[in-house]
Amino acid sequence: MAKIESVQALKAFQQQQQQAHEQARQEKVVIYVGAGTCGLAAGAGETMEQIELELGKRNLTAEITTVGCIGMCVREPLVDVQLPNQPRITYGNVKPDMVARIIDEHIIGGKPVLEWVVGVVPQDW
Amino acid sequence: MESPVETQPNQVTIPSYTDLPFYRKQVRIALRNCGIINPERIEEYIARGGYLALAKAITEMTPDEVISIMKDSKLRGRGGAGFVTGIKWEFARRSMAKPKYVICNADEGDPGAFMDRSILEGDPHSVIEGMAIAAYAIGSEEGYIYCRAEYPLAIAHLKIAIQQAREFGFLGKNILGTDFSFDLYIKEGAGAFVCGEETALMASIEGRRGEPRPRPPFPAVSGLWNKPSNVNNVKSYAMAPQIILNGAEWFASIGTENSPGTAIFALTGKVNNTGLIEVPMGTTLREIIYDIGGGILGGKQFKAVQTGGPLGGCLPVEALDTPVDFDSLVQAGATMGSGGMIVVDEDTCMVEFAKYFLTFASAESCGKCVPCRIGGRRLLEVLTRISNGEGKPEDLDEIEYISRNMKEASLCALGQLTPGPVMASLRFFRSEYEAHIYDKKCPAKVCRGLITYKVIEENCTGCMVCKRNCPAGAISGEKRQVHYIDPNICERCGICIEVCKFDAIMVE
Repeated sequence: MAKIESVQALKAFQQQQQQAHEQARQEKVVIYVGAGTCGLAAGAGETMEQIELELGKRNLTAEITTVGCIGMCVREPLVDVQLPNQPRITYGNVKPDMVARIIDEHIIGGKPVLEWVVGVVPQDW
Repeated sequence: MESPVETQPNQVTIPSYTDLPFYRKQVRIALRNCGIINPERIEEYIARGGYLALAKAITEMTPDEVISIMKDSKLRGRGGAGFVTGIKWEFARRSMAKPKYVICNADEGDPGAFMDRSILEGDPHSVIEGMAIAAYAIGSEEGYIYCRAEYPLAIAHLKIAIQQAREFGFLGKNILGTDFSFDLYIKEGAGAFVCGEETALMASIEGRRGEPRPRPPFPAVSGLWNKPSNVNNVKSYAMAPQIILNGAEWFASIGTENSPGTAIFALTGKVNNTGLIEVPMGTTLREIIYDIGGGILGGKQFKAVQTGGPLGGCLPVEALDTPVDFDSLVQAGATMGSGGMIVVDEDTCMVEFAKYFLTFASAESCGKCVPCRIGGRRLLEVLTRISNGEGKPEDLDEIEYISRNMKEASLCALGQLTPGPVMASLRFFRSEYEAHIYDKKCPAKVCRGLITYKVIEENCTGCMVCKRNCPAGAISGEKRQVHYIDPNICERCGICIEVCKFDAIMVE
């Protein structure tokens, strides 16, 4: 990445990034894993490994991204699933043995596993 | 938290975060990106308006204009003392000596506090941007983030973020094509609590022992390497870009008149929803503990809430309607502190609770000044005596005497505030101290020197489970016969109560 050397260049880069983000939101399955210290202490690392494993088993591709602490420490590990053009839905206390069902029912079947859902991340956050 | 999903016939609605009790009353300024973006990707920070505040400050505003916005916003330092950030920056700007330094205090050491860690881990660029804005305002070209080494993930994310900011040209020479240059370094703290005190922190950066020195001179005049320095907390820096972007009026419109903006708390202890929260100043303790925190764990009774960490104070149930802001909390008998909030229930002994914080604070005394070094030790001796059931009637006066002297004569805030938790608990829970001293009883049934475990004969079936599990071998009795706990051998560990299936053991 070359240095950004003017405000105009920064604003242009920001717009480009926003568009890329919006495009990814419309086209990709994105899985967010809360991997701050609180998430990792609650087992986010194991949960993430399991996500990769289960996606691999099913030949699915999804973008897995790590995020910091959103605040609900008591519900860690938190995993958000965002289907193309769908809201970002958060699951709480996601242990490795819960991953397969979330992938099968939500990512493949399109139906969120309601009993584990915490809420929807507002789009304007 | 209970499942928030409402299922109606033929229709399922998943609530938005903003409809969840945990978030409904929250306003996210410093935490706006935490948990939303990938902190290891500067692109995501920029996509959400990152570094636009820095760009605005250095291309459209003079340093004095930046300071004036910060002053008008009335942002008060989120490290705990609550000094107006804009005025601090102005002092540093007015100092003539060069070079000047911008320092971020990320030596978060309070037990149970993790606000700064979460921001550094979840949104490190907001802190970097805030520091760069401060550097422009005071005329500095070099900054340090003093982060405790016990935060490896925060440091890792900061390192990545600083590297990316350099690559993108937000740190380094001629930022965004202007004359402004600024670079940033991390100093890892070695775990001394006192290094959160700004003069001790700077001594530590210089490679000396982390010991405080008297102020004045304040860092703005003579700080790091005796040069003008500006020290702010992580949260203060993280808020600065939002104030530059949205204006002083916007920030001042949130919160209360004398404490504008939001307060960030690490809500821990015996509440249902522990977590990291950001609420407008002026939100009451009750709203935080019951609405956001979801009330007390296991349906027990609320007893006290400790704010301000080991140097703060606890407040009783009568104070639950206190609004949280810098002045109201002090008036009520606690302090704002950096944002630790620990809730305890009826099973907590307030003498033991105060002793816990005192043990921490006195162990962390650097030893430089006598009132703190000796006072903390003596205070702990008195409290230990009381919790062991050896308290004397004159001990309460003794506590007040030592506390007063520590408060008035200690060199830095550590010594001055070490008696805080003891004084607050004595003020609000004096009867508990008196029960320990006069009746030799611990009302919460916690202090080991004052309780005995007994078998309730009617309930005991003689199953021998407690006898097998007692690590001290204090329980005797034959099969199907009532058992007996020898108080002289019993260690008061409570294992027998946990394993008994017949509620046949009680504490007196």
